[in-house]
Amino acid sequence: MRRVAPALEVLVPLALLGLWAAWSASSDTFYYPPLTDILETFNETWVFERVGSDVVPSLLRLTAGYLIAVVLAVAIGIPLGLNRTARRAAAPIVEFLRAIPPPALLPLAIVVIGVGNSMKVALIAFVCLWPVLLNTIDGIRGIDPTLRDTARVYGVSRLATLPAAAPQIFAGMRTSLSLAVIMMVISEMVASTNGIGFFVLQSQRSFAIPEMWSGILLLGILGYALNLLFAAVERRVLAWHREAHA
Amino acid sequence: MLEVRHLSKSYGDTPAIGDVDFAVAEREFVSVVGPSGCGKTTLLKCIAGLLAPTSGEVKLEGDRVMALVFQEYSRSLMPWLSVRKNVALPLRRRSKEERARLVEEAVEAVGLRAHLDRYPWQLSGGMQQRVAIARALAYQPQILLMDEPFASVDAQTRADLEDLILEVRERYDVTIVFVTHDIDESVYLSDRIVVLGPSPTTVKEILGVDLPRPRDQVETKELPEFARLRAHVYRLIKREEARVAP
Repeated sequence: MRRVAPALEVLVPLALLGLWAAWSASSDTFYYPPLTDILETFNETWVFERVGSDVVPSLLRLTAGYLIAVVLAVAIGIPLGLNRTARRAAAPIVEFLRAIPPPALLPLAIVVIGVGNSMKVALIAFVCLWPVLLNTIDGIRGIDPTLRDTARVYGVSRLATLPAAAPQIFAGMRTSLSLAVIMMVISEMVASTNGIGFFVLQSQRSFAIPEMWSGILLLGILGYALNLLFAAVERRVLAWHREAHA
Repeated sequence: MLEVRHLSKSYGDTPAIGDVDFAVAEREFVSVVGPSGCGKTTLLKCIAGLLAPTSGEVKLEGDRVMALVFQEYSRSLMPWLSVRKNVALPLRRRSKEERARLVEEAVEAVGLRAHLDRYPWQLSGGMQQRVAIARALAYQPQILLMDEPFASVDAQTRADLEDLILEVRERYDVTIVFVTHDIDESVYLSDRIVVLGPSPTTVKEILGVDLPRPRDQVETKELPEFARLRAHVYRLIKREEARVAP
């Protein structure tokens, strides 16, 4: 199985791509151009023509929004996790804000913050905040009482809190990462002048269908790569957790 | 040096500790025994300052440092830290050299020198408890509180750890308050035994253990005095249990 698995991980996607290529090769439908056309456009567009103008701005917004969310969520989550009264007081607010579909905030954000980068970063941060926040609160609450007492006796509560809750915080961060990509695209589709989301919508509006497809493909690849990167970081930071529970 | 004065503790309306009153002298080894569920752990947590007593007080002579060793060794060690860092954890305010020396000494005392760079979850239960003991010793407490520290290890390991604790007690010149439900263990280790009654607990009797030191797992336990003390404590606890049971 161990030898088969990596082979499958490469072969199955390749086979699917092959199927797509074969099925679309003779396509003359405007909206479903042959895969080869899409790949060719992909190559022309993203290697590396529009990297500076669209990919970099997108990734910068994503990174900024995501990091702001993680820092805020952990900073707010720790006191809420430690204090039952604070948690109770905050719960309705958290539940309410979390329930708002973030794209609904776009019009408001444009009015209040404007159409620039800050608006997009703010929206990405808003989306990413909740999963990390809720997981931080839960992670802190779930710290083993014995571990907590031990840390208190030795006066190292502050030192022990974050690592003990880290596995759950990371679970929240993983969820947020996908949301960050989604929100990045949505925010770039409205009142924007660059970014991958902007490019995809702009291509569709100007009937540049292979370009539109190439943008979608790029987003998929980016999301996948970000997840791999995240998994690598997680594996490193939480090595103890994985091995302790192996 | 340590006085427990008319201490009582209730959780809401449920009384856990009725009225407990005893004193511990410098360098004394005092065991606290009692029927299960009588509030021994609660008492120890009150002494350690982890719980506030409902009434009464714990009086410490001077500025004494206390360390606490729990029964659940696997949950009181930080799984993300190596043995070395676990032992060094309470020492972060000391200088680097002093920290290294204290860790070295403590690890040496419990016979874990070879495992300094391993992680707690790579060690057996008995070894994990040695790490917890080393951490407590490195903290250089005047009073070492132990909450059924050997209840979760096998019989042979338990005997080894009992002898270890008697040894390090001499070496570190430390006062020990030792909670256990094992009567043999309390007689074997102690200078005095505090026998508690069922919940809400009170002190039933405090008896001196006049067995020669150093103690020996075979010879000490062969002494008629050992048998007499053992039987005496046993009857005290059984009688209390019988009185409570319908």
